[in-house]
Amino acid sequence: MTDLAAPALKAPLPETWVYPCAVERGGGLWVEPGGFHIDPVRGVDRAVITHGHSDHARGGHTHVLATPETLAIMESRLGEGSGTHKQPLPYGRPLTVGEVTVTLVPAGHVLGSAQVVVEWRGSRVVVSGDYKRRRDPTCAPFEPVPCDAFVTEATFGLPVFRHPPAEDEVAKLLHSVALYPDRSHIVGAYALGKAQRVIALLREAGWDRPLWLHGALIPLCELYERHGVPLGELRPATGASKEDLKGQIVLSTPSAVQDKWSRRMPDPVVAYASGWMRVRQRARQKGVELPLVISDHCDWDELCQTLMDVQAPEVWVTHGREEALVHWATGQGFRARPLHLVGFEEEDT
Amino acid sequence: MNRFAALMDALVFTPARNGKIRLLTDYWQTTPDPERGWALAALTGSLTFGAAKPAIVRNLVMTRVDPVLYGWSYDFVGDTAETAALIWPARPGTNTPPPPLSEVVHGLTSAKRSEVPALLEGWLDALDSDGRYALLKLITGSLRVGASARLAKTSLAEWAGGNGVQASVDEIEELWHGLRAPYLDLFGWLSGAGPKPTVAATGGYRPTMLAQPLEDEDIAGLDPAAYRAEWKWDGIRVQVVARTLGESRLYSRTGEEVGAAFPDVVERLAFDAVLDGELLVVRDGEVRPFNDLQQRLNRKQVTPKLVKEYPAHIRLYDILFDGDEDLRALPFDARRQRLEDWYARTRPPAMDLSPMVPFETWEELAALRAGARDNAIEGLMLKRADSTYVSGRPKGPWFKWKRGPLTLDVVVMYAQRGHGKRASYYGDFTFGAWTGDPENGGELVPVGKCYSGYTDEELVRLDRWIRNNTVRRYGPVREVPPGLVLEVAFDSVHRSTRHKSGVAMRFPRVHRVRWDKPAAEADRLATLEAMIVE
Ligand SMILES: [Zn+2]
Ligand SMILES: [Zn+2]
Repeated sequence: MTDLAAPALKAPLPETWVYPCAVERGGGLWVEPGGFHIDPVRGVDRAVITHGHSDHARGGHTHVLATPETLAIMESRLGEGSGTHKQPLPYGRPLTVGEVTVTLVPAGHVLGSAQVVVEWRGSRVVVSGDYKRRRDPTCAPFEPVPCDAFVTEATFGLPVFRHPPAEDEVAKLLHSVALYPDRSHIVGAYALGKAQRVIALLREAGWDRPLWLHGALIPLCELYERHGVPLGELRPATGASKEDLKGQIVLSTPSAVQDKWSRRMPDPVVAYASGWMRVRQRARQKGVELPLVISDHCDWDELCQTLMDVQAPEVWVTHGREEALVHWATGQGFRARPLHLVGFEEEDT
Repeated sequence: MNRFAALMDALVFTPARNGKIRLLTDYWQTTPDPERGWALAALTGSLTFGAAKPAIVRNLVMTRVDPVLYGWSYDFVGDTAETAALIWPARPGTNTPPPPLSEVVHGLTSAKRSEVPALLEGWLDALDSDGRYALLKLITGSLRVGASARLAKTSLAEWAGGNGVQASVDEIEELWHGLRAPYLDLFGWLSGAGPKPTVAATGGYRPTMLAQPLEDEDIAGLDPAAYRAEWKWDGIRVQVVARTLGESRLYSRTGEEVGAAFPDVVERLAFDAVLDGELLVVRDGEVRPFNDLQQRLNRKQVTPKLVKEYPAHIRLYDILFDGDEDLRALPFDARRQRLEDWYARTRPPAMDLSPMVPFETWEELAALRAGARDNAIEGLMLKRADSTYVSGRPKGPWFKWKRGPLTLDVVVMYAQRGHGKRASYYGDFTFGAWTGDPENGGELVPVGKCYSGYTDEELVRLDRWIRNNTVRRYGPVREVPPGLVLEVAFDSVHRSTRHKSGVAMRFPRVHRVRWDKPAAEADRLATLEAMIVE
């Protein structure tokens, strides 16, 4: 647990100083005494960004505060548009912004992902962004921070979502590769986070052959390596011959799996790494032959466990299936309510 | 059970036939007896448990899960078995190993109805979610994995080949009805460890030969002189296996015994032959609509009154065995001659020959097909004169050339969610026709239901229309005002006392969605009634 001072009594109520902001004025969460937004959806003067996914890290802000890794990811994805003044803040170092103390704490979601811990006059709110509790060799693990209000996502906020161990899913992929030595396996995986995690898990499982990448995955894989996440030998799949790709594993963005790009593969087995693959209906809709239930979000049990761990009397639930988590948390004695933040997609990570 | 579950899942997600065969041969190779035999029984539809209804599963889940959370989960997943499998909370400390499939089979066959829930609960605790899903699908009788019994047998033949055993699919089919799960003798033979099982020659089903559908535009490529034509009758394709010594049997084209419902046919089979024909209801020399045959099929008890009212009859297409002589290797023309000779000699009761339809050109035949408005005729069968009788649906020797469907513009009245992969969409429609001019007091009366024929894109749009236009809900049913017109295609229409409109359509499906057509201009009930052929 991160060492932060316990919240004092008679502190201001969380909702009086942290609240959702209208989209016209930037959206995201507005931290009033700090004068900044967290994950705004439009360009604003001061933005604190939880992590590099496109629905959280948008371009066009004047001042951007985030972890050094998240800033690097934003630069790689947004280039010039990634912000005029960028200020890196490593994990665990309190910084005063206006009247507020801001600390970034690992969220375990993707490289550089952070919970934003804001404190003002003895009241502490944790905006967790997207997060997970499972081991991930490519990023720092989630640290629970006790607080007065905890803002949680609920992407997989239904009790039907229970992610199996990711290691087992990778073993499934390798079993299929062994079963079809003449085919290639094309794995659809989100370009930021999921792809690198799948690669790292394959390496841990002993797969030491080169992995082939769709062009869109290459810059982020290189960025991970520069930040000390070894991914082994990677090669561009574009330009490789059918013969090269027999019996090989190719990683691609989810959208390229379906389109013409994958037709150059020799009789590909289409795999897809996503938490949604838990539900057969979803997997079938996507035409997936080998669903791999690997997610960078909490499953239901982890969401519930996290609420227990942080023991915030106030729980605000954002994107996903808010109603189910609110229902459960209310039953457990939390004051829980949905926070309708606009602009967050049903992220497929 | 976990291995079985993994196989079932892999079959569902593998689209290619060869891929499925690969998965199956791998399973036969790596799974011991009797597990693989029970899996084969499950795949070929030979395992049925009457004991577990979906309601038992739901009730069991409710003992452990908040009903509100279950409800939201079910809405998201859209399938009871899958929701239950995913949501089932493991009981901490449960450490029983997952049950093998054979344990499940034995448990369910020997359990009393009242014991089923406890049994099920124990298994659900011991299995992972994929195992639970396979178990629940299996016991509620809705295991659909996109692999036919035929495909399973094909994979067995292929696997046998890999073991150095020569066994064709047809050989396996011929043995099939003499074999019982878990098929130890069959696996013994196919693995090379045992002899080929012997099955008493009497009463065995021979694999049926099926026809490929023929599209109108493809007919020009065929040589009319090489083909024979006969009517395709609208009944049930059957195989008659008649023995003067021993039992005679009647099989459907998938090899299921259907004789019990037709004692008036089976008890009169006083000869030795295997014949291929169409089971029909024929009264006073006239073939009755398929509806009449349905009356016979649905009854558990065959009363003399039923037999008298709906007398069964077989119209013969082909002869496979005359006595013990196997005629299947003869060309069609020669078999037809043998059939006619046999018929003249035997004069069997309640049977006649399906007449040949002579023709010179395809145009001539097309005109004959168009002119046949008899409801008992579905279209034409084209058979190559030199075709031998082989199993399955080979390309080329036999074609079915169906009569074009009838169509009607109807108005959607109610919608429900579909099933399976379409469970989250309103794609199951009850539609109506106008009793008269809607401007002058005409009303919509429901005339049928349909749930297929549209594309996935159309379904998305239909679903949106239903959701945006719902005026009332009755449980899962949404009522919509007249505004959505469907052009439905159907094979025929009959009188029905069970429908409010007095008519019933056969196989209605969406032919086109008429977004362009105002509801008031949809068809009248009278138009539909005019299509009834008595
Ligand atoms: Zn994210
Ligand atoms: Zn997100």
